Parts: sequence; structure tokens; C-alpha cells
Amino acid sequence: MTILSLVEPLLFTALTILAVSLVAKRGKLILKTIKLGRNEKLNGQKIERWKNVLLLALGQRKMFRKPGVALLHLIVYAGFIIINIEIIEIILDGILGQHRLFVPVLGSVYPILINAFESLAVLVLLACLVFIIRRNLRAITRLQSTDLDGWPRKDAFIILGAELLLMSLFLVMNASDTLLQERGQLAYSQHITGNFWISSMLHPLFSTWSNEALSVLERTTWWFHIVGIYAFLNYLPYSKHLHIILAFPNAYFAKLEPSGKMENMPAIQQEVIYAMQPELAPPDGNIHAPRFGARDVMDLSWKNLLDAYSCTECGRCSSACPANQTGKLLSPRKIMMATRDRLEEVGRAVAANRTWQDDGRSLLHDFICVEEINACTTCNACVQECPISLNPLDIILQLRRNLVMEESNTPAEWATLFGNIENNFAPWKFNPEDREKWIQPT
Amino acid sequence: MNIPTLASCVAAGKFPEVLFWVGCAGSLDQRAQRISKAFAFILQKAGIDFAILGKEECCTGDPARRAGNEFLFQMMAYQNIQTLNGYGVKKIVTTCPHCFNTLKNEYPELGGNYEVIHHTILLQQLIDQGKIRIKEGGVFKGKRIVYHDSCYLGRANGIYEAPRKVLELLDSELVEMQRCRSAGLCCGAGGAQMFKEEEKGNLRINKARTDEALATSASVVVSACPFCNTMLTDGIKEAEKGDSVKVLDIAEIIEKEMITE
Repeated sequence: MTILSLVEPLLFTALTILAVSLVAKRGKLILKTIKLGRNEKLNGQKIERWKNVLLLALGQRKMFRKPGVALLHLIVYAGFIIINIEIIEIILDGILGQHRLFVPVLGSVYPILINAFESLAVLVLLACLVFIIRRNLRAITRLQSTDLDGWPRKDAFIILGAELLLMSLFLVMNASDTLLQERGQLAYSQHITGNFWISSMLHPLFSTWSNEALSVLERTTWWFHIVGIYAFLNYLPYSKHLHIILAFPNAYFAKLEPSGKMENMPAIQQEVIYAMQPELAPPDGNIHAPRFGARDVMDLSWKNLLDAYSCTECGRCSSACPANQTGKLLSPRKIMMATRDRLEEVGRAVAANRTWQDDGRSLLHDFICVEEINACTTCNACVQECPISLNPLDIILQLRRNLVMEESNTPAEWATLFGNIENNFAPWKFNPEDREKWIQPT
Repeated sequence: MNIPTLASCVAAGKFPEVLFWVGCAGSLDQRAQRISKAFAFILQKAGIDFAILGKEECCTGDPARRAGNEFLFQMMAYQNIQTLNGYGVKKIVTTCPHCFNTLKNEYPELGGNYEVIHHTILLQQLIDQGKIRIKEGGVFKGKRIVYHDSCYLGRANGIYEAPRKVLELLDSELVEMQRCRSAGLCCGAGGAQMFKEEEKGNLRINKARTDEALATSASVVVSACPFCNTMLTDGIKEAEKGDSVKVLDIAEIIEKEMITE
């Protein structure tokens, strides 16, 4: 006799297929949506890129600019991933109607593994508790910012709550299971595992429970644990938590050139060359003029869009941003969040209508306003601070290009600046002849 | 100062080893002109064969590009690259991190390939080579000095140590602001902000940075960018500390501290 009735494996298999196909569908939509961005060629340097994957994504090197919180983050991340190795067994048990299938296979290694998983589960629980407390502390301004008002703040607590719940279910499941084994309950004695370090400490809580009640507890926690994981898996791609996956491609595709270098616009370069050397211009006079800069998400590159989906809204960028820290409207985190919000809207519309139909809205103006864009000092602090190499500055500068070159929308002082550079070859109104004055004897 | 222009050198059949790209601030802004003079003085004393472009030099286009005007940037870049390539310039040194960044990182894909270095790097090289020797017990002896990282040197191009190594040679106490190196706070001038008023907020960026500099109790704030210099000088004036705290470019410090005989 097995613990699971005949219905349970069928139900479980169906649920597994549903969970995996739903998440695959969502993943495909995200990938398709990212591909709405314009093409951006990345230079080779594969070794350098894989190094970034190891150091930035796996090694979380930039997180360690704040060592305390980085350690907690590493515990939750590594703990959660490692513990979830256990779900391989849980899934196989569920499909095959078995119980602790790996015990005979792994032998004496099995309890060592589960003990390690349980220890990690406690660390993850504690770290998540600290994170929940931290999110309520006034002193950590980046977590109190109005950027997070509404859904983003809820999202963060849902994730932390879900991790607490999953870890607790895992421990209670083991506690009730091992207690039933101890009591020699037939179904649970199929594979004797012995007690585990952490869950055995929970035994006193349930020692007065009847075998039937314990069985119900074990089955309930088993089901809630695995269903919880499936639910979390499906929640992930709708949430900021997607960064645990996208951090990897992001680290791989991160810009390798000096961060001061701005992306060139070859079309404008060509136009200027034709203006200066008309003999080089194509005879038909047709010059392909693309969109100047970015007005909407499709004008951004796919890398910008991948960035938007990867942002976990930690706010390290904004707390280093000179404009944001001096009370300006600009928040690099909000730039990333606004880009994702608009992208989601566009992605859904494209999926529904099969093609893009102008909805009269755009990233520029409807999601990000001129005052935000113009406040940026291009200091690269946001780029530097981002643990997963997102680049809000790149988006800001593309929006600025669109404002200036398509809308002629620029502050009066910048219009003067442009005039001076064009006429006097300097940002100030000096006669070009004056450039040599400083070397002449006074 | 007797500084040759590249045009005059070529006319005389000479070709200097290095082009000193003075930049708009260094050429036209009165305060920044003093930095240009100090650096030119150092180059002469160190026996470097150099020239400037003079009136043939144009804005690199950096502020135009960062304010969103790519057309204007491309026009400036085209003109400058024509001039530089026309002369066959190989090596350029700048005192402005913005010119440095544009020439070094953005001109190559437009056809302008040169060895571009910032003056902080050249100063360190000249000291290492013994071409600049620092006095013992100079004017900065015993003074507390603090270095402000320019965004376009630091984060943009990873230059943090060269200026510090140069300053460590002085007999002074080199301290750091709370936010320094890759975490350094911008002075507020970058991205063409130098040329417009700030957006609405509760504090000026240069005030925020000046407050951090003043908190170190340093009597000399060292910059390596003419725009940072202006922003911090303004901030210190506003804080009414102009008498006790000076903002100096690293070149102005070396000019005073080097052995010149």
C-alpha cells in the first residue's frame, strides 16, 4: 500500500503539467515582448561576459558593496535554490505515488542532505524575517520611497511571506513525517529516514496528536508545499522577483565598454558626413532616417527592455543618484519601473491584437516626464550601484534625444548652449579667436 | 606663456609629441585658464614637447550629446576629427575629464583614433619617471586635503588611484569624503547640467557635495575637472568658507610643489 491513493498521482501530474505550461506561456510572452525592442549589437568578448555571469549574477559581487544585507541576500538566494533540489524527489513521489523515493537510492547520504536543507531553511526563515523588519524601518529610505507605493511594496511582502510559508511547510512536513515513522505507521515506514535536526525539534508540538491527525497534517503540508512552489513559480514572472532568473542573461549582456561611452547614432553620423561632404551622399538623396532616440518602449533596445524586466526595485540606484538625493523628481528606479509598466501594457496589446496598434500613449510623457529626464547629471552612479548591471542612464539619454531632436523640447538654457556650440564652437558665447588668449602674455 | 600652436609648429617643420587638448573651460573660463597655465607650466618644466590647437580646437560636443542633441555632437566631432587627423595627431592629453571621455571613448568609432590620457595619469607617469620631483616641505605640508572624484574620470573611466597616488607624495594628510571613489557623489555639472538651472528640489547638488567636503575639515579640496572645480568653488563661497577652504586642480598643486630649477 502506498500513502497516496490512486487519485492523488493523477491529480498531481495534471497540476504539474498545468503549472509548467502556464509558466512557459508567460515566459514566452516575456521573451516576445523583450524582442519588441530595437536591435542592438553586442561586441564579442565571450570570456569577459561569462566572467560577469559568474561574478555578478552567481557571485553577487556588487551586492557586497553593502556586506551585511548582501550576506542575508545570499542566504535566501542560495538557501532557496539548494533546498529546492528536494522538489525533484517531491515531484517524482507525487507522480509515481511513492514516498521518499530517494531514501534507498541515496542511503546514508539522504539524511545528511535533508539535514542540510533543514538548516538552510531555518537560515532562510530568519533572513526573510530580517528583510520584513528592514522593509518597515524608516532609516532605510530607499525602501520607504514613494516609488514603491501600491503594488511594488505589496509585491515585496508577498515574496517574503511566500518564502516564510514555504520554508515553514517544509519543516512541518518533515516533522510530522518523522513522527509518524517513529510511531511505526505503516505507510510512513516504507522508507525509514530517522529524525532530522531541525524538524525533530518540532516533535513536542505534535506529540499529542493522533496518528490520523498527523497523517492529515503531513499530507496537507506536503500538498501545500508543492502547490505553493508551483504557485510561486507562476507568480515569479509577474513580479520583481523575476530578477532571480534574468540576472543571469543580464550579467552576460552587460555593457563592457567604459560606462562613460554613449551609444553612437550611425544614421546621424552619416547625415552629418553627407552634409559636410555632399559628394558622398547617395544620388537619389534618400537617407533613411530612423526614429531619433526613444519615445516609446519599442524604440529602446532589447537590452533596455531586458533590464526593465530584471529590475528588482531595490533602489540602490536612486539612493546614489545626485538628483534624487537632492529632492528632484528623477529616480532611476522609477525609470526602470515605468519602462516595465509601459512594456507590459504594450506586450499585452501586441499579444491580443497580433500587431502593435498605436494606443495614443508613450513611455515619454505618459510614464516618464520631461522634468525627470532633464534632471540627470549622467554621473553613472545608478549604473555603478546596480547589482545586476542595469542601465537606467541609457534609457534617460535616449528619451532626451527624442525630446530634443523630434520635439525640439529643451530647456531655454540648453537651446542657448546649442546655439553657442554651433556658432562659437564653445558652450559659452566667446569668439573662437579668444581660445588662444590665455597663452598670450597679459 | 610661450605655448606653441600645432599650426605654428607644423609651419616651422616640427611635430610635437603630445597635443594638449585645452577644452572650452580651460581656454575660455578665467578660473579654468589658471589650471591650463599650471599644467602647461608643468609640461614645460618636465621637458614635454607639446602644442595646443588654439583657435582650431572646437567643443568636443560632449554637452550637446548629453543634452540630447546628437546632430550637433556629430558636427563637432566631424570637425575636430578632420583637424586632428589632418595634422596626424597621435597622442592627446586633456585636463578635462569630459573632453577626455569623448575623445577617448566616443571618437574612435567616428574615425578619430588617438592615444588619449587625462592629465592626472600623465602627472603620475612624469613623477614615476622622475621628470617631476616634489619638494620636501612645500606649501601643502601638514595640510589636510581631500580629493573629489570626477564622475567622468572615476565611474566613467575607472581612474581613481592615479590622482591619489600623486597627492600622497605631498607632505599632507590626504583624507576621503564619506562617499568616494566609485561611490563618489557628482558635483552636479555633468550631463550638460553646468549650463542650466537645476530642476526643482530641496538642495543643490553642488551644495550637497560641498557639505561632504567641508565635513572632512580639509583646507584644500582637490579636483581634476574644471567643472567640478567651479561647482565646488561656488558651493564653498555659498557656505562662506572661501577664506579657509580652497578648491584647487591637481595641476595647480603640482605646479606649486614641484622642484623647478
